[in-house]
Parts: sequence; C-alpha cells; structure tokens
Amino acid sequence: MSSETGKILTTDGIPLEESLKQAEKKNKIKAFLLVAPLLLFLIITYMIPIGDMFSRSIDDKMVTNMLPKTYKAMENWDGKELPPEEVFEAFYLDYKILVKNKTAGKLQTQLNYEKNGFKSVLKKLARKQKKFEEGNYKEQIMKVHKRWRNVEYWRAIKRRAPSYTYSKYLKGIDMYSNEDGKIVQVSEDRRIHRILWIRTVEVAFFVTLFCFLMAYPIAHLLATLPMKYSNLLMICVLLPFWTSLLVRTASWMILLQQQGIVNDFFVWTGLVADDNRPEMMYNKTGTYVAMTQILLPFMVLPLYSVMKTISPSLMRAGKSLGATPAVAFFKVYFPLTIPGIGAGCLLVFILAIGYYITPALVGGASGTLISNQIAYHMKSTLDWSFASAMGLMLLTGVLAIYWIYNKLVGVDNIKLG
Amino acid sequence: MALPKYTEPHYRIWHYFYLLICGCVFFFLIAPLFVIFPLSFNAEEFLVFSDGMKRLDPDAFSLRWYKDMIYGTKNPWGLAARNSFIIAIFATLGSIILGTLAALGLSSRHMPYKGLIMAILISPMIVPLIISGVAIFFFMAKVGLAATHLGIILAHIILGTPFVVITVTATLSGFDHSITRAASSLGSSPYNTFMKITLPLILPGVISGGLFAFVTSFDEVVVVLFLAGLDNTTIPIQMWTGLREQLSPTILAVATCLIILSVLILLTAELLRRRSERLRGINR
Repeated sequence: MSSETGKILTTDGIPLEESLKQAEKKNKIKAFLLVAPLLLFLIITYMIPIGDMFSRSIDDKMVTNMLPKTYKAMENWDGKELPPEEVFEAFYLDYKILVKNKTAGKLQTQLNYEKNGFKSVLKKLARKQKKFEEGNYKEQIMKVHKRWRNVEYWRAIKRRAPSYTYSKYLKGIDMYSNEDGKIVQVSEDRRIHRILWIRTVEVAFFVTLFCFLMAYPIAHLLATLPMKYSNLLMICVLLPFWTSLLVRTASWMILLQQQGIVNDFFVWTGLVADDNRPEMMYNKTGTYVAMTQILLPFMVLPLYSVMKTISPSLMRAGKSLGATPAVAFFKVYFPLTIPGIGAGCLLVFILAIGYYITPALVGGASGTLISNQIAYHMKSTLDWSFASAMGLMLLTGVLAIYWIYNKLVGVDNIKLG
Repeated sequence: MALPKYTEPHYRIWHYFYLLICGCVFFFLIAPLFVIFPLSFNAEEFLVFSDGMKRLDPDAFSLRWYKDMIYGTKNPWGLAARNSFIIAIFATLGSIILGTLAALGLSSRHMPYKGLIMAILISPMIVPLIISGVAIFFFMAKVGLAATHLGIILAHIILGTPFVVITVTATLSGFDHSITRAASSLGSSPYNTFMKITLPLILPGVISGGLFAFVTSFDEVVVVLFLAGLDNTTIPIQMWTGLREQLSPTILAVATCLIILSVLILLTAELLRRRSERLRGINR
C-alpha cells in the first residue's frame, strides 16, 4: 500500500481503479465479440441491402447515362422555347450510339413514361437518322416528325436530367409531377395504389380487431382454468401456430369454396338456397376469415402470458369491496391486461399489414394487399425501383407503428408464448 | 371452472354464454385443420366429401393421393422435401450458433449499446417478410447467390436468428452467474465452463429457439419465392404453385404429413418448455 499517493494498489502495483477499468474494458470487448458475428452478418446481408433498396428506389441514372452529351448541351437551355442547334446535334449523336448498340428501346420506353407518344417519334427517328447529313441537325430532326417541333417533348427529356428521382414514391400514392413540375394526382381511373394502401390498413385493422375480440375470452379461460385442462386446450392454440401457413390456407380454400363445407352448412340450415351459394373466397371475406384464424395464436399467446401473472385474488378483493363483477373486471382486470393487449395487437397488426401468401391465394382481385403489389412488380413487371419504393413506404409505416407502441407500452413486454 | 352455489342466475347465464363463445373460438381455431385429414383419403378427385364418404363406405377412401405423392409421374415432392430438409437443417444450425453466441454476449452486463444492438438483431422479425424478401433478393443477386441452396440457407439464417436470440436471452435471464464463477474459481477454462455448465442449463432455450428457426425455414415461402430457381424448389413453394394452379388432393396428402410433423414439433416444444421451467425452478 502506498500511503503517499493515497491510492489503493493491486498486488501488481497498478492502482486498483485502473485495474478495474481494464477488467471492465476487457469484459466489454469479450461481450461484444460474442455478438459481433451475428451483428456483422445481419448488417452485411440485411441492413445494407435495405439501404440499397432506398438507393434503387430513387435511382434514375439510366436516361442520364444514355444521353450524356444532350444533358450537357441542355444545361444552358431555359426550356421556354425550342432548344438551340447544339442540343439537337448532341441528341442526334447520343441517339446514334444507342441505335448502334441496340439499346434505343430502353430510352424509348423510359421517355414514353414521361410523355405519351414519345415511343413512335423516337422509333421513326431511329429509322431516318441513318440518312442524316452532317450539319443543321435541328432542321433534319424536325423534318422527321412534327412532334419534334413541340417544345413539350424536349422538356420531357430535360425533366429526366437529374440522376435521382422521387417519382416512384409519388407513383406509390397515385401522384406524379406534370409537365410544369407540379405534383398532381393521376386521373381518377388510374388511382389504384391509394385504394390498396387503404385496403391494407383496413384489413390489418379489422383482422387485429377480430383477433382481439376472439382471443381475449379464450386467453382468459386458459389463464384461469386449472393447469390440467388449460394445457389440453392450449394445444388448440399451439397446433395451428406450429402448422404450416400454406396448410392452413389450403384448408380455408377447401372450406370456403362454393361447394365447400361452410356453404353446405348454410344450405343445410336454410340460410341460403342451394342454387344461390354465396362466393366466400376470392374476395375480402375470404381474406378476413383466413387471416383472422391464422393470426389468432399471435394474439392469444401474449394475452395469455400476461393474464397468467394476474392474481385471481385481485378480482375477489374488488368484488368484496362492493364492485359488481362487470365493474371489477373493467376497473381491475382489464387495465392489468393492457400490456398483453398492446403486444398482441402490435404483433398481429404488423404481421397483417405485410401479409402476402394468404391474400394472394384466397383474396382474389378485391382482396389483394399492398404486399401483393410489391411482389407483382418484383416478379412480373420487373420494376424493381418501384417495388423498393413501395416496400420502403410500407416499412416506414411499420416502424412508425412500432415506435408509437414503444412510447406507449414499451417493447420489453413482448413475449413469445 | 365450477361456479359457486350462491351465483346469481344472470351471472350463471353469462358464464355459460362465455364458455360457449370460448368453445366456438377453439372450434374456429382447430377445426379447419381436421378438414384436410379425411379429404386426403378421398378416392375421387374432388375436394368435397363424396356421398360414399358420408356413408363411411370403405370404397370411398383410398391411399391413392399418398401413392401419387410418393410415386407420381414427374413428381416434384421428393426433390422439394429433400431441399426443404437440407435448407431447414443448415439454416437451423446456423441460427443456433450465431444466435446463441449473440444472446450470451447480450446478456452480459458489460455489453455496450444493448438496446440498439438488440433492435438490429431482432429486426428481421419486425420488418414485413415481403420487404425482407426484396432486400435479401437484391443482396443475393449482387453476390451471385440467387437460386442456390447457400443463398436460401443464408436468407433463412437471417429470418431464424431473432427467435434463437429471444428464447436464449429469456433462458439466460434466470441464469445464476455465480455457478460459472464457481467453476472458474475451481480452475475450469472458459470453454470448459461453457460446455459443462452453461450449455446444459440453457439447452432447452437453445433447442426451442432452434425449433422456431426450423419451422420458420421449413414453412417460409415469401423469401424463397424470390430466391429459388428450379433446382431449389421447396415443399412450401410446391404447395404454393399447386394451390395457385389447381387444388389437387395430392396437396392434401402433403398437408396431412405436414400437420403430423407439426404435432411432433409441438410435443417437443412443450416437453422442452416444461423441462426448462423445472430447471429454472419456476413452479406453478
């Protein structure tokens, strides 16, 4: 011990404080090294690709890269009148290369998105440009098609100049920026995405509500029954939980078909006529019924785990102090189950809002949700940047819900059965 | 739940009504699974109960669709089952190793930025599957692992680890760290301590997390739909295609097998849960 410095030393002669700090640091590194493999793995294979989705969704380099000379020449053009000769010449040179490399088709499609009717004009130019003579390209191009005299078409090219765009996000909510650069709604018959967003939220909301209404009584029963019976009944919840999603969807497809058992039952009870069996599948009804049954265990399990911790003596105390069973329930029992309700609703809502398989199989046209649209653009139209944009919009929504939930209830309350 | 004798009549009625509701919900949950079972033995090609079946005529039942499942011409199920098991087993092993290590680190009280790291680790569970599918597809396409077994296995490790992290962290929360300190003070190496003391105690948590990971992988379609080529078709993919094109009784035979598999998994999970509770001294 060195009394002069007043510090306590370890046997190695290092001050204790420092030695403890070192040990602490060592432990920190040790703990971090254990987490590091998974953390790195997820960051590389998962987090960065999600970021990549963002850069894809705003990426608009394709046209910019195809017309480098044109955009350079257009820098000084104000867009009010027809562009000067330099622009025409630059465009001719750029386009010539594209035609030679057989990539002009891409440009035609892209510019046609911007201005309808661009494709045919460009196609005609591709045929005629071979015979162009040197010099005075403005005259020659304008001779090919009268639309080249229309400044609108040149403005359309100029609009694609920036190498990034938020147009995919606008398209996701049925908006676009028009010729003047103003953000406006698309014409009424083409507003499909907003319907899908509303329907997705609506389906998720009602499925959550139905799940809650059905799960609350049975979770309560499971929590209050003696272990012997509740374990047996728990199987009814856990078996569907562990069973393949596709198996459960298949069983609903069998039950809900027009000659199916549910319809048979309705006919037998006389509710509907045999020749007038209602269509219960390939519409919203099918989506609601199947999704509620499939997601119900996710509501029951958190509710059950919370309810099991509530002592029955609390209700008895309430009743003995003069509350009717109903009052005791709403004043004592129900508030105690709120963490379970929160966790269950969050879980079901988030699962429902991104649901894909069941709506695709039993939903038909009026029961498909936003995730079906994302998959459609990923697999059929191959418009990956639009799929990315819609995916990120959905993700933002989910994260917002998660954040609100965390503020209100706290994420630590989530339990897995 | 017998009611006490002094219960008033209207509460009695309410109570029976409540039991009736519960009964209906339980029926709603479990009954759909039992429709598949008899129909998979249907001798005919239709997915409805034939008159013969209603009369319990033995001729109306057959193993025809099970035979078709196993021996059928251009049968996709054999390859699909093999792929599914290979992918699920490797994905489970990967999830268990990565997830358990991470959970051990996370439950150390020295771990910095615990909240943030936990959020990242369980994010694949929160992000809707379709978005995970798109992101993972972009990654796998970039590194050239799309349409390979390895790509799908890695994707399923991503989706499976959160379950292992959560269950093992939960098991470790009741873990008495003085046991490992006792082992170290008696001269055991850290590796030895882990293998002989920690692992046996957290094993139920590890296995039940592994079961979650296995089921997640075995049942996963959304991500595989993006990633799979013709050679990596799995059971869920085959069922998905079958259900989209035409609902055939062969699918019901497969579904019945899957239900039996899930019963086995359920039993294992239940046994493990009870064992874990006993080990951790939670008695109810």
